[in-house]
Amino acid sequence: MFPTPIERRSVALQRLYKTALPIAMVMWLLPLIAVALTSIRSAGDITAGNYWGWPTSFNLIQNYSDIFTNTPLGSYMWNSVRVTVPTVIGALALSCMSGFALAVYKFKGDMLVFFMFVAGNFVPFQILMVPVRDLTLQMGLYNSVTGLALFHIAFQTGFCTLFMRNFIRSLPVELIEAARVEGVKEWRIFWFIILPLMRPAIAALAVLVFTFIWNDYFWATVLTQGAESQPVTAGLYSLNGQWVAAWHLVSAGSIVAALPPVAIFFLLQKHFIAGLTLGAVK
Amino acid sequence: MSASRASRFNQRSLAPVLFLAPAVLFFLFYVIFPIFQSIQISLYDWDGLGPKTYVGVDNYVELMDDEAFYTSLKNNVIWLVLYMLAIPAGLFIALFLNQTVFGMRLYKSLFFFPFVISQVVVGLVFTWFYDPSYGLLNVILGWFGMGPIAILGDETWVTYGIIFAGLWPQTAYCMILYITGLNAVDPEQIEAGRLDNAKGWKMLWYIILPQLKPATFIALVVTVIGALRSFDLVSIMTAGGPWGSSRVLAYYMYEKAFSEYGFRMGYGAAIAVVLFLIMMIYITFFLVKMYRDEKGL
Repeated sequence: MFPTPIERRSVALQRLYKTALPIAMVMWLLPLIAVALTSIRSAGDITAGNYWGWPTSFNLIQNYSDIFTNTPLGSYMWNSVRVTVPTVIGALALSCMSGFALAVYKFKGDMLVFFMFVAGNFVPFQILMVPVRDLTLQMGLYNSVTGLALFHIAFQTGFCTLFMRNFIRSLPVELIEAARVEGVKEWRIFWFIILPLMRPAIAALAVLVFTFIWNDYFWATVLTQGAESQPVTAGLYSLNGQWVAAWHLVSAGSIVAALPPVAIFFLLQKHFIAGLTLGAVK
Repeated sequence: MSASRASRFNQRSLAPVLFLAPAVLFFLFYVIFPIFQSIQISLYDWDGLGPKTYVGVDNYVELMDDEAFYTSLKNNVIWLVLYMLAIPAGLFIALFLNQTVFGMRLYKSLFFFPFVISQVVVGLVFTWFYDPSYGLLNVILGWFGMGPIAILGDETWVTYGIIFAGLWPQTAYCMILYITGLNAVDPEQIEAGRLDNAKGWKMLWYIILPQLKPATFIALVVTVIGALRSFDLVSIMTAGGPWGSSRVLAYYMYEKAFSEYGFRMGYGAAIAVVLFLIMMIYITFFLVKMYRDEKGL
């Protein structure tokens, strides 16, 4: 292991390390800790400028119920769910199939199709912005959850295909060969042999795509407006404009918006990191 | 016998087409065609609703004399250069955390935290952190008898302030790449290095870093993309201000196409094309490397 395991170092160094660790962590997360603390302060503290002292009262329940009752935050959150969940399902369904096709079959132009997905995945969003907005308008889906989700499915399919294809490549080819000798039809090979083996890849991608889409801000501002269709990222931004200097509410709203991806990350950490670090190890 | 063989063969050539069709059609429709449409729109004068007027390369000619375009381009370069700091910073934290002390798993997750939350939240958190009257930064500066400075209201500091906020999640991302990479480092090589008296920096440079090459490559790719996609933070923290001094190409394009300054789709598309060409350098670099790896397999 590198660096040298701390157990093999001097006792003084071990103590130093064990003290430095929590201090470093608090400093690293300081902005977030500050936000969490602010989200339970009272409006009085905020106007009095008491940001860092002991709170005069703890308004945990009041602040958090305030943002749900007095603002459309609840509907923003629901819109985020309605965009994110179909995107995860759609992008995974499409990419399981395309990844399978690119990994298992040799055909003319297979590399070209694969590289199209990879290259498209890196394109700056701005080059798509004007045409995609126009397209969505023409389909009558502007300012709708469906319009936003359809675009996300298409775009995420690029990254997911790359991931799935490489994953299926790492599976033993003999499985497929053996099935073919037995006369199993191609779609049955996909459905009954490959798909069950893809579970770890599906889990990893589901978690990643969920986080990416939940946190998307750019497309939310381009394709939606108003509380009936805006997801929480864009919603939080418009609320921030209304809540001038109401930092306790902004903070509570930020925490609520960040909660779903954070919860998913902690619950499914193994899959999340497996997805993110694909290719980081040879 | 031969008939069934022929049907098998047909099935095998038809199957990839059917499996690929939905994904390819979707991707062409929403990603590939729009790239070409944007290039085409950049040759027109268009407000997004009315008729389009062909203007040739006028939009590009106008760009060459546009002060704001150069400011954005300059800021993009600053972003690209400074964002690279996320790579060594991530490596540093990964080395710091690569121990097996009690509770290490939790520490690693908490250090990774900033990457999981939305850039909108990161932007709001840092806007508040920099706030000249109450922000934590100025409280700390106050202890040393300095400040207050309004980072986000200052033309010289604003871009650096936003980049610093962006480095926070990006460093977390690079860190996790390196932690995974470090776990896969060959312990025998480390022991061999120790026997040869390689320590500290020497060990890191000659034995560890070469083995971390795949992690470094991915870190580089995602950091470059992150830097060029720097839209969210700019939009949330400053909306390009003060006086347009923190704009980047991605944000300037959006502003030109959709904001109160008028709906100039053609001009916006021209800016996007420039951004796309810059990105194309990296995409090509990545594809060439990938192609070599594929052929090498």
